[in-house]
Amino acid sequence: MKKDFNIVIVGTGGQGLITLLKILAEAAMLQGFDVRTSELHGLSQRGGSVECHIRFGKKVFSPLVEAGGADLIIALEQNEALRACYYGSRQKTIFLLNKLNIFTPASSGKTLTIDRISGDLKKFSKIVILLDGSEIVKKETGAIVATGIYMLGYAIHDSLIPLKEKFILEAMKGIIKEKYLELNLKIFNL
Amino acid sequence: MEKILSKRVGERIILLGNEAIVRGALEAGVNFVSTFPGTPASEIGDVFSRISKKAGVYFEFSTNEKVALEAAAGAAFSGLNSLVAMKHFGLNVASDALLPVVYTGVEGAMVVMVADDPGCWSSAQTEQDSRYFAELAHIPMIEPSDPQECKDFTKFAFEISHKFKIPILLRITTRVAHQQTPVKLSNIQYPISNIQKHIKKGRFSTMPPNVLRMKKELLEKTEKIRDFSKNFPINQIYRGPTSVKSKIGVICSGVSYLYVMEAIGELGLNLSVLKLGFTYPFPEKIVGNFIKKLQRVLVVEELESYLEEQVRAVAKDINPKLEIFGKDLPKIGELRPEYVKEAISKISGKKSKFNFKTHQQNFQKLNLLKRFPNLCPGCPYWLVFSGIKKAAPKNTIFGGDIGCYMLAGCPPHNIQDWLISMGSSIGIAHGISKIQYQKSNIQNPKVISIIGDSTFFHAGIPGLINTVFNKSNPLIIILDNGTTGMTGHQPHPGVGKTGSGEETRAIKIEDIVSACGVKNLKIIDPINQDEFVNTIKEFLDKKEVSVIIARHPCVFLKK
Repeated sequence: MKKDFNIVIVGTGGQGLITLLKILAEAAMLQGFDVRTSELHGLSQRGGSVECHIRFGKKVFSPLVEAGGADLIIALEQNEALRACYYGSRQKTIFLLNKLNIFTPASSGKTLTIDRISGDLKKFSKIVILLDGSEIVKKETGAIVATGIYMLGYAIHDSLIPLKEKFILEAMKGIIKEKYLELNLKIFNL
Repeated sequence: MEKILSKRVGERIILLGNEAIVRGALEAGVNFVSTFPGTPASEIGDVFSRISKKAGVYFEFSTNEKVALEAAAGAAFSGLNSLVAMKHFGLNVASDALLPVVYTGVEGAMVVMVADDPGCWSSAQTEQDSRYFAELAHIPMIEPSDPQECKDFTKFAFEISHKFKIPILLRITTRVAHQQTPVKLSNIQYPISNIQKHIKKGRFSTMPPNVLRMKKELLEKTEKIRDFSKNFPINQIYRGPTSVKSKIGVICSGVSYLYVMEAIGELGLNLSVLKLGFTYPFPEKIVGNFIKKLQRVLVVEELESYLEEQVRAVAKDINPKLEIFGKDLPKIGELRPEYVKEAISKISGKKSKFNFKTHQQNFQKLNLLKRFPNLCPGCPYWLVFSGIKKAAPKNTIFGGDIGCYMLAGCPPHNIQDWLISMGSSIGIAHGISKIQYQKSNIQNPKVISIIGDSTFFHAGIPGLINTVFNKSNPLIIILDNGTTGMTGHQPHPGVGKTGSGEETRAIKIEDIVSACGVKNLKIIDPINQDEFVNTIKEFLDKKEVSVIIARHPCVFLKK
């Protein structure tokens, strides 16, 4: 691995971003990396745009990923993926996008088609990967709220994140409530 | 078992900045903790609320920040170690008591933790820089930059407060409060109540002429603390590996330090960096020595130019030719790593590989959705807002207040004409209803204010009394959802439970409203929409103030 690895996770409030962040942070620590995260609480969570950052490596200082500095962007919602382009660059960014369009009465503006969005994302990334995450999770388990865990599973199994699966699983065991653990492990391995 | 109470000394666990402050307080042997919930400081109370019994620490959610600070002062007057936590606006509320408590000093130790919110992620009101309170109050201030420092500096704060018998300000910002890193644990000092004697007669009374004597002692103490801070390990100079003779330096504090170190690493520079942890009293000697031989210095700080102004004052005597850069960086919003990198790149002449300007231009071409925060599905405020819209005549003026129902100001509701501070929905409604548009064609507008239950207890009551005392007739709708929703469902005086989970008498809002002298009062569940709408219409025609208590539990409350 080069000196550090930078992930930005975006979505809307209530999509479980903070759980995802905690799992990644714990796993990075277990693997012996220095790790920092940044998240936002309060008003920003109420269905608004949510953005979490995690950086790990030998030594990291900033809790925020810099503009164009993301190695991986996980977008749990397609319109939010566009906002995350701020952190993407053609040189290195991989976009992992869940095809899901959330538009509430408190949104304003025009939603774009997934083709248009993925076209825009290409200008800010090396690779764009589109997933039917929410659909697959809904079909297999009904637990659409755990789509983030599916995305994490995809990223780990495809080696998009330089973290070992055993550390991710160990972190999940410590962070996810026991009664939901089995379900989450199943979704992780879908 | 709560991991924050872990006894495994030397273990590293991942903590949020706020959680690390809790751990630091436990390691320092805190006895007494009080707070009023406010993001980005809320987790301090939430964690203590869960662990206080197990940790043997007294904890309370107080009615407001001033009361919380007074409670903590009472404990510290009595020889205990107290911590009081709040968000930046809370310090405004508490300041009336804070300033004299710095004059009187304390017998034990007292740490006042305040969390600023650059970028206003969780704050309406203003983008306040609370560092100026340190100058105003002469209260020593220390500023950690990450969770490990949050823990360590909290312990230092208790140590300094105890040594100088003075309250101390522990100031953080959102990106420190809500940053996670591994934190190395030390021993928890299980608190012992070490009260040896009663409070000495008159000791904490600022009654003149004491007040001026106390001010003199405070100013002397401030100089002693300035001297002490010279050798205290939290002001540090970092030099690059080969940078003995670098003529360029950076001064920073808090989270800015992390952006500076990141940028210097990325750009491959060997600048000297002075990181200030102790920012009031300002460490003039350390800063003087640092800038003495420099040609250029960049001050990196969020919000106002608090440090920069003082660096300029020191430079005037010590190095008048020094070029000082600072607020080329934005005064509005948070700093970001790329802003700091650009600024360092500019003063050092070392170009960044990434073209930030082009990137930004490309980014701005994207078509982004605007997302406003939303009321939760099933939230009773949907019914309240729609009822108000049905009932209110066209020229109604709507007052807002601080809580989830601030969302009245967002689409699709759009019923908020002012939002100022806790309780101001009522205070300002009074002022507006007193205006008579006699000599114009404007009809006297109706005024409707909404205020939540917790906010009503916090700061709504004096305003309501004023409407009766000075005879105005706004309609005040108190939204009673049985909790403090916005900040994470903390109990308030109407709930019947304390912060540590004990039963207590639930104070009824209707009893208070009646006791304030309000005659037009109805309690309505907004689910009964017709009654709610008709009552609003009826009350808007009253000559005296009216109150509707719209009572329906928050959708997250356990039934």
